[in-house]
Amino acid sequence: MVEKTEERMPNGPAAAAILAAGLGSAVYGLLTVGAVVSAGLKTALTWWKPTGALSGKTGLGTIIWLVSWIVVHSLWKDKDVPFTRMFVVSLILVGVGLLFTFPPVFEAFEAH
Amino acid sequence: MFGLTVTFREAWALVHGMVFGFGFLLSFAGALALLYTLRGDLLTTDGARSHVRWLLLATVALAVLSSLAVISGTYITYPWYRAAPPEGATDLAAYPRSFLKADPNLKAWHSFGMEWKEHVAWFAPWISTVVAAIVWRYGVYIGRDRRLRRALIVLLFVAFFAAATAGMLGALVTKTAPLM
Repeated sequence: MVEKTEERMPNGPAAAAILAAGLGSAVYGLLTVGAVVSAGLKTALTWWKPTGALSGKTGLGTIIWLVSWIVVHSLWKDKDVPFTRMFVVSLILVGVGLLFTFPPVFEAFEAH
Repeated sequence: MFGLTVTFREAWALVHGMVFGFGFLLSFAGALALLYTLRGDLLTTDGARSHVRWLLLATVALAVLSSLAVISGTYITYPWYRAAPPEGATDLAAYPRSFLKADPNLKAWHSFGMEWKEHVAWFAPWISTVVAAIVWRYGVYIGRDRRLRRALIVLLFVAFFAAATAGMLGALVTKTAPLM
């Protein structure tokens, strides 16, 4: 854990971590809608039958979150990035995830 | 004792909700207060270090407890909830999803309540882990960077929203159709 307070620290690692949470969340939301629209995708996401497609949706969301965190962190670890812009983009991605996992929204795709 | 009995499934539901879930909500209050007051202009160097140690403890607790809550929920209690009853079964009390779906007055507890709970809960560990990792990496520096501190507070609230929504819906669904 960092103890020094005087040194300027690059914000890239923090932005990478936050963006990765956004990417994992958005993919999770899109998979939730996808599993409603496509029976094939729903079957493919059923990694463990007792839990159904939730196992694949959350499993893939977790993998995307962790892999994107590693990749973006390796690109930004010593860099300063436009933090506010990245934070807003990440919040929008989390919002997409929250919206598409809200039952009235993903069920609206069921009829189409 | 005292004529009280708790089944194996009810015990797991208690661990899932009351230990992991409630522990998360309790840790959230501590993490939020510590993060809100982590300000370089208010704390001495030693004070900030001590403050960050507690903040790290609280945020790691959030990450661990929310992860345990969603893993136990998804892979232990949820399969019991969604288990299919045997062909021709008329008493559905031991099959909560089927019990709820069979009653037009109760089916929204599944189609809205449980469906939202099982999905929204997963945002909490992802976001809490990110907050804990940033606290671990940046430590007392967070007290000097107002934008970063504010961003972490917003993320904490998003994680809290996810966990509190899941917790509340879980309690209400379990009250309507208990895991027997």
